[in-house]
Order: sequence, then C-alpha cells, then structure tokens
Amino acid sequence: MERLDRRLGALCATPMLLLLGLTFLAPLVVVAAFSIMPEKVFDLWHQPDFSAYVEVIRQGYWTSVAWALGMALVATVILFLICWPLAYAMAKVYRRFTLVLTIGVVLSLFVSENIRLFGWVLTLMKGGLIEGHLRAWFGTGFDGLLYNVPVIIFGLVYVYLPFMLFPLAQGIAMIPDDARQAAYDLGASRRRVLWEIDLPLAAPGIVVGGLLTFVLAAGAIAESKLLGGQAVIVIADDVETAFTYGQNWPLGSALAMVLIAIIGSIAIVGVSRIDLDAIMGRRR
Amino acid sequence: MNPTRLTRAGLLAYGILTLAFLYLPLVAVGFASVSKSRYLSFPIRRYDTGWYAEALASDTVRDLLLISLKVAGIVTVVSMVVGFFGALAFARYHWRFRGLFQKLILLPIFFPQTVLGLALLMWFNAVDIVPSWHTAVVAHLVWISPIATLIIAIRAYSFDPTLEEAARDMGCSTLQILREITIPLLMPGVVSAGLFAFLLSWGNFPLSLFTTGADSTLPEWLYAKMVSGYSPLVPTVGILTVAGSAALLAVALIAPSIVRMWRRTPQA
Repeated sequence: MERLDRRLGALCATPMLLLLGLTFLAPLVVVAAFSIMPEKVFDLWHQPDFSAYVEVIRQGYWTSVAWALGMALVATVILFLICWPLAYAMAKVYRRFTLVLTIGVVLSLFVSENIRLFGWVLTLMKGGLIEGHLRAWFGTGFDGLLYNVPVIIFGLVYVYLPFMLFPLAQGIAMIPDDARQAAYDLGASRRRVLWEIDLPLAAPGIVVGGLLTFVLAAGAIAESKLLGGQAVIVIADDVETAFTYGQNWPLGSALAMVLIAIIGSIAIVGVSRIDLDAIMGRRR
Repeated sequence: MNPTRLTRAGLLAYGILTLAFLYLPLVAVGFASVSKSRYLSFPIRRYDTGWYAEALASDTVRDLLLISLKVAGIVTVVSMVVGFFGALAFARYHWRFRGLFQKLILLPIFFPQTVLGLALLMWFNAVDIVPSWHTAVVAHLVWISPIATLIIAIRAYSFDPTLEEAARDMGCSTLQILREITIPLLMPGVVSAGLFAFLLSWGNFPLSLFTTGADSTLPEWLYAKMVSGYSPLVPTVGILTVAGSAALLAVALIAPSIVRMWRRTPQA
C-alpha cells in the first residue's frame, strides 16, 4: 500500500511539475542569464559580465526598492490592524454573516484589479464622485486626493485586503475557545488574553496573511501607476520601464533579480515555517 | 467571555462597511458608464446608455471579448485537469517529496505577476516562440493552476482514503478507482476550481500585459486606455466585463438547485 501511495503521488505530481518547470523555473533561469549579459542585447550568446548590476547600483535604483518595500510594510501593518477585528468576528462572532462576507469579498476578487482601481480614481479625483458632489452641494471643493504616497498605500490596502482577511480568520478559528475561557476564569485581563492567547495561537494565520500581503504589495505596480500617477517609482515599475521604453533587457533582468531575491527569500523563509497540512485542515 | 450585544452590533456594522468599501469603486464606474458627456465629471448631469450601444457594436470590443473567452476557456480546462492530479499529490498521497511539492506550488502565487510575465516573454524569445494569445494562456496557467490545486486540495483533505483501499481490496484497478471513487468525490472541488480559474483568467491583466504579443485581452485593453489615451468606453467595457463574470457566477450558483429540482420531478 505504502509503495503504491508513493508511486501514485509522484505520478500525480508530474503534470504540475512539468508545467511549473517549463513555465516558471525555466523563465527564471533565463532572467538570471540575461542579467549577466552586456548592455542592450537581446540574446544570450555574449560574454557574460556584471555591468547590469553595476548599473543598478550606480543609478540609485535602491530608492525604488526602498519605496516598494516601505509602502508594502506600511500597508501590511495597516491591513493587520483593520482585518484583526473583522477576522475575529468572522471566526467567533458572526453566524450567517460570515458566509455573506466571505462570498462578498471573494466576488470582489473576480473583478479585474485595474477596474477597481480605476473606480477609485473616479471616486477620488478632482471632479470625481466625492469632490464633485461636495462642490455641488456645499459650493466648496478641494484638490483631488490622488497622486501622492498615502493614496498608493490606500490602494494597496484596498486591493490586498482579502489576502490578509482570510488567512487571519483561518488562524483565529484555530484558537480553542476553552483556552480563552480558562484565561478569563483565572482572572486575565482582555489585553493579557490578546497577548498571551489570541496572538500566539493565531500565529500561523498571521504569518501567512502578513507574508502574502507584504510580498504581493512589494511587487505591485498598478496602484502606484493608476492612483499614484508616478508620484513615486517602485521597483516593479523600473523593471517594466527597462524592458519597454529602455529596451535594455539585461538591466531589466538585473532589476528583476533584485526584486526576485528580496521577495523570494522572504517567501521561502516564511513558507518553510508553516505547516500547510495543519492550516488547510488535514484530518488524519 | 461572550461578546456583548453592543460589540456584536458594532462588528456587524464594521463588516457591512467593509463590504461597502470594497464595492464603492464599482459604483463610481457604474455611474461613469451611463454618463452622456465625453469628459467625465461628477455629479453626472445627463444619463445615457449610448456608450453601451457603441461598445456592443464595436469590432474591437468583439475581438477582445473573443480572445479573453478563448484564453479563459483553455486555462479553465487545463488547470482543472492539472489541478486535480496536483491536489492528489498535494493532499492525498504520502510520497517522498510531498513537502517540497507543496511549497513549490505556493511560489508562483507569491511571485509578482508583471515580472513573471516579463520573464516568460524572455523565455519565449529565447526558444523562438512568437507571443500571441496562446502564450498568454501559458502565462495564466503558471499562476492559476496552483490556485486550482489548492482549491481542490481542500476537498482532497476531507477525503477518506479507506474508501479507495476498500475498492482496491475488492479487486478494482487504479483506473477504476479513479473513475468510480476519486473523481466523483472530488468533483465539487474541481468544479469550483474551474469557476475560479475562469474568473481569475477573465479578469487578469498583469500576466497578459507582456505575453499576448499583438493580441489583447479585455483587461489589458482597459489598462492601456486608462494609462494613456482615455476613451469614454473604458467604464462601459469595464462594467460589461464585470457583468460577464456576475452572469457566470449567477449561473454557477443557481445551476445545482435547478439540476436537483429536475432530478426530483418524476420522469414521465
């Protein structure tokens, strides 16, 4: 039985492994190879050098890396604070409304990200849904709320809310009610229960949610383009520019490698610490 | 300690506010799509459905629609099949590299999609494939088939392996077990994975951005028009794509109960 299990497992994994090998790992190898090619070449038959990386350092691309990571971090922290009460309510307080909220949030994910961000542009711009109506009713308007750093963070918070909410709710659902009840019976204050019961026991959910939102937000591009209107340039934007306007594939690849290295190391460290079987509900 | 009634009400209000927050931008797009003027400004003075007539009559929109449908359709079928077997390897069988496999599947989901699209573009270039909507299918699959796998895996976790063992003891072959037990039991998961796959592919633009070559999908066209060369058709086409997903979802949610009703009525 066990031998059969092993054979079937490997057999079933084959299609997915082939797919990911050919369309995920192989392209990454190509990016890595291009990143050590000399400037502005479009094939891989050249003497490798590291001029693209030198360029990355010399041109001061670290500022866009810092912007991307900084904004992603702020968005992740804000999302955690916003989502904690909501996730708590989904796991422990709401009854039927949990289903309504789950369906409502999932459905919003199916609407293309750019349409939703465009909706925020229409809502927040000068003469938009908010400002236009304020001016029509009260006679005084204000300049649009777009094209600055806070609105980019707002966009990140908006787009990645589901990616924090669901893992958190899953994590909180793993806290046994008995443990909280026992702590209260022994005279623990609310704050103490939060610090010593809720947060540690919901940690897997917190880690997954934080990791997902941070990593996705760090690689995001549409928020800073549509809402931020190039108020700051993020690293993913630099990568795109190097490929399109710059027509400099090696530079774009080197920038992409920087982004991949940062996101990849965070993701791999995070993913290796979580037990997927426990989170996804293995019964055996 | 049970929450008081006030906390309950407060949390309920918070939940409703969150939903409103998630859908507010769509309301703005909806209003914009029925504004008559070419240059949009709120409050809208004259309402008109002219842009819808224009969008529906437009050849560009028809081509975009066709390409988006083809891409999403193929992505759905392939990711259902790959995801089905992937989920068995993910959740059901104990094999040597299961832990590694589980983690490998998560990586594409974490990966920035625009960069993934660019990496694929370079890869296609390196092996001399000209990008078209076919290559966009590949790009979507990299991201969507792991998600399909996870959705089916949730179902596969609650699956009782003794059923398969019993069938094997009774003399069933592996293929028979697959057909008679595994597929029927996992079917609900496979169907919802297919639904997710279609809708995610239908709405995705970062992956299509660099991989469609001369072709273009609906979300990609919308993005291009938003970033440069605004067209008054943008809100209208946006609402139409949303309406497309909503219609599909409605069918998917209602279909099971219709099938059940039809089965219950005695066949004459």
